[in-house]
Amino acid sequence: MRHRSTFMELLALPGGPGFEEAVAERIHRAFLAYTHQVETDHMGNVLAYVPGSATPVPTDLGEHLAPTVRPRVLLAAHMDEIALMVTRIESGGFLRLAQTGGFDARTLLSQEVWVHGRQTLLGVIGAQPPHLSTSEERQQTPSLDDLYVDLALPEARVRELVRPGDRVTLARTPYELLNGRISGKALDNRASVAILLECLEHLRSLRHTADVWAVATVQEEVGMRGASVVGYRLQPHIALAVDVTFAEFPGQAPDESFPLGSGPAIAFGPNVHPKVFAGLRAAATRHRVPFHIEFTQGPTGTDARVLQLTASGLATGLVGIPIRYMHCSVETAVYDDIVECGRLLAHYLADLTMADVEGLTCY
Amino acid sequence: MLLSSEELLRQLTEAIGPSGQEDEVRNLLRSQVSGWTERCYTDVLGNLFCEQGSDKPGPRVMLDAHMDEVALMVVHAEDNGLLKFRAIGGIDPRVLVAKPVYVGAQRLPGVIGAKPVHLQTASERRKPLNIEQLYIDIGARSKEDALSHVQLGDAAVFATRFGILGDGCVKAKSLDNRAGCAVLCEILRIPAETPRIGVFTVQEEVGLRGAAVAAYRVAPDLAITLETTVCADVTDVPGHGQGTVLGGGPALTVQDGQTLANQQFLAFAVRTAERFQIPYQFRRVKGGTNNFAAIQRSRAGVIGGSVSIPVRYLHAPVQVMALQDYHNTVRLVQAMLHELAEGGWPL
Repeated sequence: MRHRSTFMELLALPGGPGFEEAVAERIHRAFLAYTHQVETDHMGNVLAYVPGSATPVPTDLGEHLAPTVRPRVLLAAHMDEIALMVTRIESGGFLRLAQTGGFDARTLLSQEVWVHGRQTLLGVIGAQPPHLSTSEERQQTPSLDDLYVDLALPEARVRELVRPGDRVTLARTPYELLNGRISGKALDNRASVAILLECLEHLRSLRHTADVWAVATVQEEVGMRGASVVGYRLQPHIALAVDVTFAEFPGQAPDESFPLGSGPAIAFGPNVHPKVFAGLRAAATRHRVPFHIEFTQGPTGTDARVLQLTASGLATGLVGIPIRYMHCSVETAVYDDIVECGRLLAHYLADLTMADVEGLTCY
Repeated sequence: MLLSSEELLRQLTEAIGPSGQEDEVRNLLRSQVSGWTERCYTDVLGNLFCEQGSDKPGPRVMLDAHMDEVALMVVHAEDNGLLKFRAIGGIDPRVLVAKPVYVGAQRLPGVIGAKPVHLQTASERRKPLNIEQLYIDIGARSKEDALSHVQLGDAAVFATRFGILGDGCVKAKSLDNRAGCAVLCEILRIPAETPRIGVFTVQEEVGLRGAAVAAYRVAPDLAITLETTVCADVTDVPGHGQGTVLGGGPALTVQDGQTLANQQFLAFAVRTAERFQIPYQFRRVKGGTNNFAAIQRSRAGVIGGSVSIPVRYLHAPVQVMALQDYHNTVRLVQAMLHELAEGGWPL
């Protein structure tokens, strides 16, 4: 539970794809509690290196593997959130929008937003009052093209402060619900950043031979762009993507939604190395981490999708916690799930040996 | 403690007051006006009456502002702990998705979410989510868990915080009609020159109900309803559909869904605004109405009308008002009362 407050801070920060700086800076500081080897790469990914604690063991694996006698594992959690961009300033000073990341336009009516212009400005996405709409109109949903941001400023002032291309993020203070549940924007995927931190915290009390790279990646919401360069640079033996999945809610299929507060979901399917999956499941079972299995049938909408195809291929795994209402400003999760998922990853890492790595190419 | 205009608006708009459960708003208002009134009392529906200047000559003026806001009522707890709700007053269900709410007088935080966009089919995405598909999620694990924290019948209001927006504007929930309440509050702090009865009314949003009985009780010579009104001066809306313009001054009604303006009242309001150089505008939509519709038909009929502050996004979780319009509304109503005392309209 060490990082609950860090998590709440992360939720409040703005950080859409391509402008993750504020979030990256906070994560960088949080990583420094676990290692001095924290860096930011060209794209803005924040990489923390936590070396394995054991001295390298002499090995008969051969000369070419000598420098990498410890398992090298990447934990990737994207830190960007779905966001919007100003496309046009209409007469009257109202702003039109395009999306960076997949919004349901229906969730944006009457939503407060931050417009990151020359100054950061609060705005409201307008909603027609029921007095003016006909019952027919109320049966239609607005598309993003119909929506606008109202800054309550004169047009000339808007043109001074805002330009097309300026970024727009959801404004939402996180709320604490009952039973340790937290609701806000950007739980996708700052919840997984918190998992990385809880994992590193737990890992302190464990002996691990694996070299761990905990990485907060950029631009996942527009196509997993950050993770692909991180994977190439590190070429880890095992690349674990940490990303949120769906929590159960009426009208959703049982195989793609999981109860809140019942631990992480471990993904199974073609996007996941079968032995990594088995290792994660074994670690959960051995260390009594409650979990569910998420069955996936193809490339997942997570960093694991690109990591698997990085360089000559990486052994991937995918874990994450369920959240409700994904991709809106009231995404909801349970902090206990974050802690349990962090504990699962820490035990998986601690249990990992070079023999496991060896086995990854043996089919 | 006497609150400044801005602090009054903050506390009033952050107070909870759905139709029939206006207690918090009423208590706040009573604390703000009781020191300025001769008699302050409530009736069986919960209307709050504030009498002033009973020893003064001149017409008895009733000034009213409704306290209630559009809200939701929790009506059922599902086995999974999610709460079913229905609207109290006119809410477009399309504004509900992805909004935080406070449930009950204890302000239990909850959120209204929906199935994620990833799991919606293309045809589902084209349809608005109706109230039957939405739930309030307070984080409860089960029905029992939920019902140990909320009672069925509890109201939920939007959890929007009051704040300054843009150039001299404010954003908040329930500016409709806490802004009107704040105007009436400020008017009641100005010494009365004629007999007047300020009434903070209940249940406007469910059919102008509080005002109907209040007007019967008061039997005024003249009544002025203090309200907020449609302001759709936004992009894509042609001039004739805008209703009012933000910053254009208080709006006077010519015709709405249930009233035709009393021509003498309208002329008096215009004359006063022009004499005191207060900006004003006519409300240019035909639909909608306010408490004056009920007051006008009380007993043998009442002369008067309404003065309204333009508010963008009425009945939505975030509403927007220009402070300049608010202050000009206070000025106009004060000027009209002064003119009445001076015999400017000998009724």
